[in-house]
Amino acid sequence: MPALGADMDEGTVLEWLVKPGDKVHKGDVIAVIDTSKSAIDVESFFTGTVETLVTGVGQTVPVGTVLATIAEAPAQPGVLRPAGPPAELKVPERPAAPQPTGPPAEGKIPERPRPAAPRKRGKKIMAAEQAHPAVTISPLIRKRAHELGLDLAMLAGSGPGGAVTRADVERAAAERRREVALKPPSPTVSRIRVTPLARRVAAELGVDLAGVTGTGPGGAISEADVRCAVPAGETTPAREAASVSEVVPVPEAAQRPAAAGARSGAERALSMRQAIGRLMARSKREIPHYYVSNTVDMTRSLDWMHERNRKLEVSERLVPAVLLLKAAALAARKAPDLNGYWLDDQFSPAGAVHLGLVISLRGGGLLTPAIHDAADLRLAELMSRMRDLVTRARAGRLRGSELTDATITVTNLGDQGVESVFGVIYPPQVALIGFGKITERPVAVGGLIGVRPVVVTTLSADHRASDAMTGARYLAELSDLLHRPEEL
Amino acid sequence: MTPDQARHLIEEALAQVAPDVDMADLTPDTDLRDGLGLDSLDFLRFVEILSEQTGRQIAEDDYPQLATLASAAKFLAGG
Repeated sequence: MPALGADMDEGTVLEWLVKPGDKVHKGDVIAVIDTSKSAIDVESFFTGTVETLVTGVGQTVPVGTVLATIAEAPAQPGVLRPAGPPAELKVPERPAAPQPTGPPAEGKIPERPRPAAPRKRGKKIMAAEQAHPAVTISPLIRKRAHELGLDLAMLAGSGPGGAVTRADVERAAAERRREVALKPPSPTVSRIRVTPLARRVAAELGVDLAGVTGTGPGGAISEADVRCAVPAGETTPAREAASVSEVVPVPEAAQRPAAAGARSGAERALSMRQAIGRLMARSKREIPHYYVSNTVDMTRSLDWMHERNRKLEVSERLVPAVLLLKAAALAARKAPDLNGYWLDDQFSPAGAVHLGLVISLRGGGLLTPAIHDAADLRLAELMSRMRDLVTRARAGRLRGSELTDATITVTNLGDQGVESVFGVIYPPQVALIGFGKITERPVAVGGLIGVRPVVVTTLSADHRASDAMTGARYLAELSDLLHRPEEL
Repeated sequence: MTPDQARHLIEEALAQVAPDVDMADLTPDTDLRDGLGLDSLDFLRFVEILSEQTGRQIAEDDYPQLATLASAAKFLAGG
């Protein structure tokens, strides 16, 4: 169960769109999940073949629970694995007999010829250990990896001699966050060194790795360790893939009938308020906000837009909001300190600008899906993406990735008639841009008073990640861009 | 197009754009955007539907005439 937003604790499977045996690609929508806010289309994080649907329709489970298992496809087609259920899931011939192989030395995988087909996760453990058994890793990086709960052995190093660099660690952490995998390792497990085979066998046998004593190098847990940890009499492995579902205990109370989709409007409204409340309270508790604002003359932007719209069909016309969004995204690209996440006591910049858009729902509440790579989209495309996003948000058809990877958010209350809005930052993001209503105001132009359409732009930003000077520069850049609409 | 037809068309378009709006709240002079809480995208969709249904080009300069039910009906019927 992926966390579809920082405020989500649990989710209900409303519908499976795949079945065991189906091939899926990374990004395919495979299930519909009901969160406290909305029904969300959840995408696969892997390319491969669906093995089992572990969590059934109607079940409500906490974030982190296994929803389904997917056998990843070999990276190099045709190297090893034919399509179909992977061999690993088959019943071992002699399950009770501990393998006499001992701890896997130097990362050898028992029974698995190299080059091994990439198999679930953990392949990198082997690659790293095998190629660079004695690479030194700086204590700083080691500490950082530990803070992030990363197993250094899991990382492929890109530094000299294959050393794991700080960038590698940050990248892996970002990757893991992004993946919030269908099958995330529990925090305890991820700090333990485990061979892939052991991990797999543990999953098959339902062994909690946190309770296994590792005898391998550096305390790594081997397959033998796992098998030894299974109490006598409980060594019967899963006979078939279907029984894997027993591995994931679902609290009785959390199970709901399949009619979960019929959550009433009042329930939905309440749970959404609670979710928003938790997130916003966290934001105000944790984030030292600072605020800056600026008034921008929109004359040139609006004139340019009206001229452009004059030649176009209604369906192709732009609205002022799209100019504001594009300018906000472009300015964010020039302000890396505002575009990213505050995590583990430090700022982690995002590479791309995924612009979160606060969309108010008609029944109350709001959603903040992201427009991916907003700074790179042409205005017409941004316009259609925005329309599409608003429509789907209100119809409850957003995709999981859209709700999780905004790097900076925009709230536009212009349509509600307010002059300015100082928003609350969505953690772990570090900035939020606000636009008020475009109104005609008396403005001094060239020593004279003129009546001009103006908009108040605001920025709420996390003082831990940046200073007001950065925020001021951001708003100045935003203003510049809105004075040069033809470059948007 | 008669004023009644125009009014009917407008109500249909509004029902599509904002399904949860109660038409009973709608007086001839209610401001459609502020009164019904239509945002700029809703309004664009509203204009789009009217344009499709009537086959008329509706320019941005005409938008002010679509501000209320009464003015919009007059605008459409007048065309």
